[in-house]
Amino acid sequence: MNPHVVEIGYLVAAGLFILSLTWMSRPSTARRGVIAGEIGMLLAIVGTLVLKQVVNYELIVVALLLGSAIGVPLAYLMPMTAIPQRTALSHAFGALAVSLIGTAEFLKLPGTGPSFVSGALTFEMLLGLLTCTASLVAFCKLQEILPTRPIKFPGQSILNLAIFSTAAVGAVVLALEPQANWLLWIFIALASAFGVLLVMPIGGADMPTVIALLNAYAGIAASAMGFALRNQLLIVTGALDGASGFILALIMCKAMNRSFSNVLFGGLGQVAAPAPGAGQRPVRSTSMEDAALQLEHASRVVVVPGYGMAVAQAQHKVSELYRSLTAKGVEVRFAIHPVAGRMPGHMNVLLAEANVPYDHLVEMDDVNGEMAAIDIALVIGANDVVNPAARDPKSLIGGMPIIDVDHARQVMVIKRGMNPGFAGIDNEIYYLDKTQMLFGDAKDFVSGMAKSLSGANGGH
Amino acid sequence: MTFDSSLIAIFMLAAFLGYHLIRRVSSLLHSPLMSLTNAIAAVAVVGALLVLGEGEASPLARVLGFIAVTAATVNLVSGFLITDRMLKMFKPRSRDQ
Repeated sequence: MNPHVVEIGYLVAAGLFILSLTWMSRPSTARRGVIAGEIGMLLAIVGTLVLKQVVNYELIVVALLLGSAIGVPLAYLMPMTAIPQRTALSHAFGALAVSLIGTAEFLKLPGTGPSFVSGALTFEMLLGLLTCTASLVAFCKLQEILPTRPIKFPGQSILNLAIFSTAAVGAVVLALEPQANWLLWIFIALASAFGVLLVMPIGGADMPTVIALLNAYAGIAASAMGFALRNQLLIVTGALDGASGFILALIMCKAMNRSFSNVLFGGLGQVAAPAPGAGQRPVRSTSMEDAALQLEHASRVVVVPGYGMAVAQAQHKVSELYRSLTAKGVEVRFAIHPVAGRMPGHMNVLLAEANVPYDHLVEMDDVNGEMAAIDIALVIGANDVVNPAARDPKSLIGGMPIIDVDHARQVMVIKRGMNPGFAGIDNEIYYLDKTQMLFGDAKDFVSGMAKSLSGANGGH
Repeated sequence: MTFDSSLIAIFMLAAFLGYHLIRRVSSLLHSPLMSLTNAIAAVAVVGALLVLGEGEASPLARVLGFIAVTAATVNLVSGFLITDRMLKMFKPRSRDQ
């Protein structure tokens, strides 16, 4: 096949990827975006297969079939609560592919001397390898194979810095003099080790930022491969993916009022010491039936979901409660904090899965302005994102934007017990006069309230 | 092979375009957005196919290429399918009732 025809195919594919992201901006056109992406991908693959330098088809067919055989069940069997894990795993796979291609291309270089290509390839390997192992650790933490809490030891930052700088020096030496000897393998080992060490000290609540950041790294590594292979399609796609990851990471950081380096090199999470007096101060609590009755008589309710809702798998029961209340004429909306959950958009996907219409999911900034007109704010499995301590600049979470549930007329908090949240800070919300604590498992409690409401309905 | 500034220019333009496209994506769709960009980035399979399909590839290159094609295929297949699975669940109120 004429290589120029393939070039044109690549260009069309790049255009389709750009269209795909354009259509992704709104729910009404988003599925069209997926189709555009699929056509672009098909063009790119078919175009590559007909290139004259591709002659070995047997192994390619086997690998494509094997990949599909793993990919299809992965997509259909994965429960929606496991989306963060799947995302971390796919970053690991993507980065693995990129680093292996980089290694294979690099092995062809020795003896050629320093070049633009050797520089791009070592950069690609460095970023690809560390993203791959870092994503695997993130996956293990999200899947709870490894402990979710930050794993720290003395001298950690110094060790990390030393390993990263040695790997970076190795990359420079290899770029200047491409060689397939011990130095290459040590470089590979160091880059992989750095990825593991990078994510070990990061706690569960910081996962949204970390996943987004790893997404960005995977994209930039793919772009570097495009530079090495002089392939514009790969450069464009990697840049789009990288930009997406960085923007999401920035949004997450802003939603926690923290910097990238603060997320990566600790700060939050290591002090889990309970605040003085926690668990001893009096709180008001109430029963399922009473809470249901109060919700029924409210006219405007805002539900604030958090990671606890995902852990308890309560989204379907929450949706049931939403429907019962809506049927009784109560206006119910869901206020979504950008870092609620374990990845960007986590809560939205769970509630959409449970059939909550998306126009009832509102962003933090939109709901805060009208919080004073809300009768009841119902907090389900969220803690730090509604903690007024964030308004105190001296607090550990100081400056973090929060959902102002304390401005609502009444607050209800569903919670297992009085343990503080991830940041280890007590939450003043619990002790307010207008707050009622609903103690219990989120799923059982919400389900009980929904039942109580429908029971009352049948009695009319 | 020498330095080629046009490749850098392409990268800069694409990153700039990406920044503005992604900024417009509703926060509602950030999870499916992530799986979509992940699927699209699996276009790295192109590089993997070139490694695996080459006539005079060494056995080591073939092994690396084989794993790379498989890993990228897993990503592109599962990425597109799961994005669509998520998007199907997002329904506006009008269609819900």
